[in-house]
Amino acid sequence: MLIRLLRGLAAAALAAALAAPAAALDAATARAIATGDNDARIAALGAAVARAEPGLAEFAQALLDDAVKTTPAGAVLVVRDEHAVDAATGQPATVPDDAEDASNNNRMRGALAAALGGLRLLSKDPAARRAAIDELSRNGADPALLPLVDKAWAGETDAGLKAQLGRLRASVQVASPDRAQRLAAIDLLSHSDEPAVRALLQARLAPDGEADATLRVAIERALAQVDARLAWGERLGVLFTGISLGSILLLVALGLAITYGLMGVINMAHGELMMIGAYTTWLVQNLFHRFAPGLFDAYLVAAIPAAFLVSAGVGAVLERGVIRFLYGRPLETLLATWGISLVLIQGVRSLFGAQNVQVENPAWMSGGIAVASNLVLPWNRIAIIAFAVLVLAGTGLLIARTRLGLFVRGVTQNRRMASCTGIDTARTDTLAFSLGAGIAGLAGCALSQVGNVGPDLGQGYIVDAFMVVVLGGVGQLAGTVLAALGLGLMNKVLEGVAGAVLAKIMVLVFIVVFIQKRPQGLFALKGRSAES
Amino acid sequence: MNTAAPADLLPASRRGLLLGPAGRVAVVVALLAVAVVAPVLNLLVPAGHPLHLGDYGVALVARIMCYAICALAMDLIWGYAGILSLGHGLYFALGGYAMGMYLMRQIGRDGNYRSELPDFMVFLDWKQLPWHWAGSSSFAFQMLLVVAAPALVAGVFGWFAFRSRIKGVYFSIITQALTFAAMLLFFRNETGFGGNNGFTDFKRILGVPLALPSTRMVLFVLTGCTLVGFALLARAVVNSKAGRVLQAIRDAESRVMFTGYDPLRYKLAVWVLSAVMCGVAGALYVPQVGIINPSEMSPAASIEMAIWAAVGGRGTLVGPIVGAFFVSGAKSWFTQAFPEFWLYFLGALFIAVTLFLPRGLMGLAARFTTQRTARRIKA
Repeated sequence: MLIRLLRGLAAAALAAALAAPAAALDAATARAIATGDNDARIAALGAAVARAEPGLAEFAQALLDDAVKTTPAGAVLVVRDEHAVDAATGQPATVPDDAEDASNNNRMRGALAAALGGLRLLSKDPAARRAAIDELSRNGADPALLPLVDKAWAGETDAGLKAQLGRLRASVQVASPDRAQRLAAIDLLSHSDEPAVRALLQARLAPDGEADATLRVAIERALAQVDARLAWGERLGVLFTGISLGSILLLVALGLAITYGLMGVINMAHGELMMIGAYTTWLVQNLFHRFAPGLFDAYLVAAIPAAFLVSAGVGAVLERGVIRFLYGRPLETLLATWGISLVLIQGVRSLFGAQNVQVENPAWMSGGIAVASNLVLPWNRIAIIAFAVLVLAGTGLLIARTRLGLFVRGVTQNRRMASCTGIDTARTDTLAFSLGAGIAGLAGCALSQVGNVGPDLGQGYIVDAFMVVVLGGVGQLAGTVLAALGLGLMNKVLEGVAGAVLAKIMVLVFIVVFIQKRPQGLFALKGRSAES
Repeated sequence: MNTAAPADLLPASRRGLLLGPAGRVAVVVALLAVAVVAPVLNLLVPAGHPLHLGDYGVALVARIMCYAICALAMDLIWGYAGILSLGHGLYFALGGYAMGMYLMRQIGRDGNYRSELPDFMVFLDWKQLPWHWAGSSSFAFQMLLVVAAPALVAGVFGWFAFRSRIKGVYFSIITQALTFAAMLLFFRNETGFGGNNGFTDFKRILGVPLALPSTRMVLFVLTGCTLVGFALLARAVVNSKAGRVLQAIRDAESRVMFTGYDPLRYKLAVWVLSAVMCGVAGALYVPQVGIINPSEMSPAASIEMAIWAAVGGRGTLVGPIVGAFFVSGAKSWFTQAFPEFWLYFLGALFIAVTLFLPRGLMGLAARFTTQRTARRIKA
């Protein structure tokens, strides 16, 4: 695998950097690399690499491609597309009948690939050099490459690359027989923030690694420094994934906070409204694919309102058709909405099939920002966090500042009094419920960007969503936000300690225990409405 | 049977008889049908005879009778104490796993790996039984676990929940979280219950091969008698003074508290009793169905139990049994005849029952016959 990758890279680098006509290799060197026992061949290869002989890269590639034959007369031939070329002279040659293939076992292939990678360090193209340095830093450099790395380091003009090369050199020198060199290397490595360096230093601390006691102390100190630097990346990573999970939980629970928190309706079909939002996104994506492929990257602009409207529409139908007859009977509402969820799941299965459907990210959502060497923040996660903040702000404004929000709050607090002041309570109920459903649709649209979209999408989130609302306390958006972020962070922190499944169990048990202590959630309503 | 209940909950009502004349006839008929008619029709009447009861029918009815016990348990807490549990699948599974552990050990060296250890442990490269399997070779100990494990979990959970006076939907959602967490726990291989696959491939019980028709029939009769016994027990509980208090708690908990009763004891007792009933149902279910895995703890499975009670009619003891037979019978018919329509039917059933039949099938029957039943129920 690695070898194949290296070979591909090497081929590309060859084309770019070594396009000059085959500068001939020393005939003796070519023969030494191509024949004999493996130890001698690898030694010869190493020596040639250290001298950075012209034509070596091509020859190594030819060996990797099994295109090299040797003759009993001592000639080394490269045979490609039926044309044979003498590796030493570069002249066309004929292949005698008694020529033998130069065979390479895996060890030899590894050495050849490493040599090719090392040779790219001398490439004239800075990008190719950078790729080669990155590659070697990640996988660890072979001690045989040290002369080459030295040479590259001496010749490097780019300051950033030179520093990287220096660390690479140190990672090889840390195992060198010269004690002073090892010490210098350890000192240099202690400034690194690469996970690979940590692994390297840990390996040196193994019983068969560093033998000198003072150097072992130095390595331990260096390791502690690298750890401290890496720890920040890891901590930030946990924080970010926690916030990311929290933002998803927030989106999922926000609609529920309205239907359950404000209206007191237990909507077990909430997850299925999300699923409908996700399927709407999928349909919009397909429409863009077919009719406006050029605007594909912008399909979310249309999908977001579509998901909101479709889910809100389904929600309005549900409220008018079923839920309004069950106000004040929460346990019955729970069962009826569970029934609705079953029908919706089966309906989607009948319409679109039981398999997951593919929702593609727009191009701008792929990739991420590299914050530290061990931390990359993916764009789609960042987009969802931003989206959650926007939806939260919108919902908060709607409830606090608009006439509909005023009506909803009024009906929640005192239905009969609200009715007496002329509010159409039935209409307010429908609007509020479809608002909650629409937010569920938005959540589904967001989920379609990070997870699988299938008929069972909602089932996986319904328990979590209720946990957030129950933990946050009824009727308080602030509680929902805090609970969502808290649960997200807690989940991810525990995941690092105990693994994903145990973390989830611990969170659930925590909620069960927490509710025993504070049955009304984090933010309890005070006064008369708390009793109902 | 029920160790955690207060003493005054268990004995049959001293006020009058346990059953009226019709009830007594019904019990006798049910016992005859289960213990005499079914075995005769299955074992003695030759196959091909129009009256022969096939093995498939026996297995189906046995399974549904296990469900009916669960429905009865749901009805005790929901119909009579107003507590809706969405996590009774947990207790069912606990009983089932306790039985399954014993059955796994009964396989002995007949498993795929010819080892003393259950196959999944060999597969995980475990060298010895984990601590919680210590008593698994003893039938008596595992039967104790069938009762004790659900009772303990329900007792601890219920004590904390009822003490904090969590009720209504909050309570339901927390029970759901609990069974969901337990499902995740049992999915883990490290928990030592076979992970995803659970237990299966049982060979024998008490040294008798499970595949024998007579073994199956004995289990069938046992299940039927347990169902009848639990129905009588539930009737006794409901008719007792404690049962009256429970119904009062259901209707107005605060008033019951102000008259000097402590709702915690009553609720906890009936909650534990209900969990134990589910555990026993699970223990009867596993040898007859031949598999137990964590999906029994999924929230959906627990909600289905609630719908059995709701369809039959809460607050009547016959209703849940009827409901379990109706819904599970419909399920086995639908999933064979129209598999894609089963969820539509089940969903529509949930909606229709809550909207149009708040008293379930029993309420519907009462509407056509007398008002006698209707007076007893106050939904």
